[in-house]
Amino acid sequence: MKFGVVVFPGSNCDDDTIGVLEAMGQEAIKLWHKDTDLQGADFLILPGGFSYGDYLRSGAIARFSPIMDKVIEHASNGGYLMGICNGFQVLVEAGLLPGVLLRNDKQKFISKNIYLKTQSTNSLLTNGLDTEKAYKIPIAHAEGRYFADEATLKQLNDNNQVLFRYCDENAEITEASNPNGSLENIAGICNAGRNVFGLMPHPERAADPLLSNTDGLEILKQLISSEVLA
Amino acid sequence: MEHQETLPTVETAKKLGLLPEEFERIQEILGRVPNFTELSIFSVMWSEHCSYKNSIVWLKKLPKDSPRMLAKAGEENAGVVDLGDGLGCAFKIESHNHPSALEPYQGAATGVGGINRDIFTMGARPIAQLNSLRFGNLNLAKTKWLVKGVVKGIGDYGNAFGIPTVGGEVQFDDCYNVNPLVNAFSAGILKKGKMASAISYGVGNPVFIVGSATGKDGIGGASFASEDISEKSSEKLPAVQVGDPFQEKLLLEATLEIIDSGCVIGIQDMGAAGIICSTSEMSAKGEHGMDIDLSKVPTRQPNMKPFEILLSESQERMLIVVEKGKEDIAKKIFDKWDLNCEQIGVVTDTKRLNFYQDGVLVADVPAEDLVLGGGAPVYQREYREPAYYQEYKKFKIESIADLSGTDEIRKVAEHLLSHPNVCSKKWVAEQYDSTIGRANRNTNSPSDAAVVKVHGSEKSIVITVDCNSRYVNADPEEGCAIAVAEASRNIICSGGEPVAITNCLNFGNPYVPEVYWQFVGAIKGMKKSCETFGTPVTGGNVSFYNQSSDEGPVFPTPTIGMLGILDNPENRMTLDFKAAGDLIYLVGASKNDVNSSEYLYSYRGIKASGHPAFDLAEEKSLQDAVSKLISSKLIASAHDVSDGGLFITLAESAMPGQFGFAINTDAAFRKDAFLFGEAQSRVLVSVKADKLAEFEKALQTDGVRYSALGTVTSDPNYVIDSEVIVAAKSAKEVYDNTLEGYLV
Repeated sequence: MKFGVVVFPGSNCDDDTIGVLEAMGQEAIKLWHKDTDLQGADFLILPGGFSYGDYLRSGAIARFSPIMDKVIEHASNGGYLMGICNGFQVLVEAGLLPGVLLRNDKQKFISKNIYLKTQSTNSLLTNGLDTEKAYKIPIAHAEGRYFADEATLKQLNDNNQVLFRYCDENAEITEASNPNGSLENIAGICNAGRNVFGLMPHPERAADPLLSNTDGLEILKQLISSEVLA
Repeated sequence: MEHQETLPTVETAKKLGLLPEEFERIQEILGRVPNFTELSIFSVMWSEHCSYKNSIVWLKKLPKDSPRMLAKAGEENAGVVDLGDGLGCAFKIESHNHPSALEPYQGAATGVGGINRDIFTMGARPIAQLNSLRFGNLNLAKTKWLVKGVVKGIGDYGNAFGIPTVGGEVQFDDCYNVNPLVNAFSAGILKKGKMASAISYGVGNPVFIVGSATGKDGIGGASFASEDISEKSSEKLPAVQVGDPFQEKLLLEATLEIIDSGCVIGIQDMGAAGIICSTSEMSAKGEHGMDIDLSKVPTRQPNMKPFEILLSESQERMLIVVEKGKEDIAKKIFDKWDLNCEQIGVVTDTKRLNFYQDGVLVADVPAEDLVLGGGAPVYQREYREPAYYQEYKKFKIESIADLSGTDEIRKVAEHLLSHPNVCSKKWVAEQYDSTIGRANRNTNSPSDAAVVKVHGSEKSIVITVDCNSRYVNADPEEGCAIAVAEASRNIICSGGEPVAITNCLNFGNPYVPEVYWQFVGAIKGMKKSCETFGTPVTGGNVSFYNQSSDEGPVFPTPTIGMLGILDNPENRMTLDFKAAGDLIYLVGASKNDVNSSEYLYSYRGIKASGHPAFDLAEEKSLQDAVSKLISSKLIASAHDVSDGGLFITLAESAMPGQFGFAINTDAAFRKDAFLFGEAQSRVLVSVKADKLAEFEKALQTDGVRYSALGTVTSDPNYVIDSEVIVAAKSAKEVYDNTLEGYLV
């Protein structure tokens, strides 16, 4: 798999994402937002950061970047695409994933470890994950409160498009374990075609034994170790 | 030189903050009366903030050499230390106190921006930030406003810029009610041989201004930082700059790219005193001059006057001298990042700075005479021991009764766990992105100092900021020596080797002899402590005038930012207890001392006491011994005893793993001193039973005192002398939630 990590002005998790992919033995290249050539990448990642400063709504301007037409075309053709944090925000702004990401309920930036429970193993990203395990992953965002209207939410649940929910360290999905007020503790979703993923937590920041946490590596490894169950 | 305007008088000079004798000196230098633009130039360049005129005599006494120095104090924008493996670490701390007192959000944000520019202007990519904050009484509405604004400002800027904030300190005292302190630290990594310099030379080389456009914000900020804060200060709002972390992030990438391209002769960020500071410092250093056309500077508003353009402290700008013929390389890089890149002048051999606007020469000044080490004034200030110093020394522990029994131990324990100075700073830390960069080794395993991986190498940097200003107030010399010692102890307890410091010297008005006495004492203490620990001073900054007209100076607060190196990742040490049954020891000696402790100060309400017990030689042998215990793998945790004393240290080691502990006090010591005293040179460790014999033998060989305290327990209680003092769970709840309780 060849990974392409899109760099918007203000992206700041591009090096982290590429660093982890390379540590996993993968080929990973940067794709500049002004370019329109995906350079043969099979799997696109929109990394975390503050694209264009995010002075408007997070991700609201990045969706108009020159490269986004190609990104949308890639996804529409069934190509894999994942947005992490700000990348997730860009994907909902671009309409590639349903719902919106609102300001955290406590109106503050939150940086801490949270726990994730896998809700569906029917996706490339979650195929081999343990549905009973609480995965410890850092979050760092001010606008991560997932919201969708009732119809969209029903569709997400009916189609098993919710991939991760926030839970406590015992894998219980509770109100107290919801860090930002997300609807139904939603932390990560995929599209109906199951080729576009978005998640607020940062698995790439929990992928190194020297940081005493490799839960994120377990998640990212799914991208290369599993086949899609159609 | 055209003189259509009326020439300024000594009265104008005084209004700009210059002394009459300085006005005389300027006329001697120029051989004529300066025009207003020139006078403005001298007023900012000779302000304390830029010239260090009231401090440099003493700063020069500090040690600045070691075999590891790649850039020493005063040579560049920040000190650079050799990490080995062809890498260097640039690091520095700087204050943004005065802007933060008036506009906490922007003041703190631009402080973060400024310190990071100091690092990446040298070609180093920042990898970690710390900050040291001081606020007034947390019950005051104004303090809450300041805390919220400062923390949000630091967070919003640092988070978007994308460099983790990995630690820091926050303290509260009434002395900071009017004048908070905001000190920001950043450390970056560069490749040896790729270091950029703040220099200008080569006649005909083009001078570029890059980054944001220049506006009227922050005009005279450097002069403003050189006065007391008063009622009128809020009228100085235009002196506070406005930050844009998005521009800073672009500027970072473009700057590193252009330095890497090899076309740069010299580069300096625009901090205090903007264009005039960078043009004069780079020219003086390179012994050249510049012709600058101010009409070419991109501005945010029309009709800016020459002095406004020269003095503006608009953020996110750099001055770059590029090798002639390579202008296109520079333009292309800044184009890519959608940043301004305008040639505004050329390097000359005149050693003078000639500024033009619309073809008219508006200022003509010699570069060398403007700068520190050149013609800037240097003053020996008068100093005098203040009366309180001897008064404080008179305090004797015998004058207060010891704790009456277990109930009172419980009361003090609760008081300290819920004291803003002692409790968890989680409410603050969680607003800062601490995990970006996938390098922070403290996220999942805490230690006294922050351990940050250097990618592409086995090494980590180990960094900390420390200063207990209550100790420094009680005794500036010993208190500052303690600040250095504590920083070093924190690095040792994390497994690192201390290598150098940067300092941020926050004091009151230097023209008050009693304040200057504190400054002199602190320098003396820093000197002897830095010599003991082999940690030269690589730079930093001096912030005087931290006082209000009504309430006097803040505590003398010489914040120490220390850099350590961890060569072998396996030698990393953490502060948390690892397993029930492990034995708890105190390495170092207990003492009957409660001087300047939080217990004495806020529980007993006794503000006047000396510094806590401290002996440099004892401290050094303690640190050497702990370092050996770590590298010999004889201990399972190490946590230095500091604010709140032994009890708080035990609680902090127990909390991460949700353990309890059971310890016994020692009848040879008062209970208050044993549990809550802040005598220095003590480290709490836990030891596996099978390492015990070897552990004790090692300390006996080193001649370092130690005592067995008790054991780590799975029983979730903190037990002292067989009495439960507090349940682990409720202790943690109080400790974790206190700050939020004040700040919701």
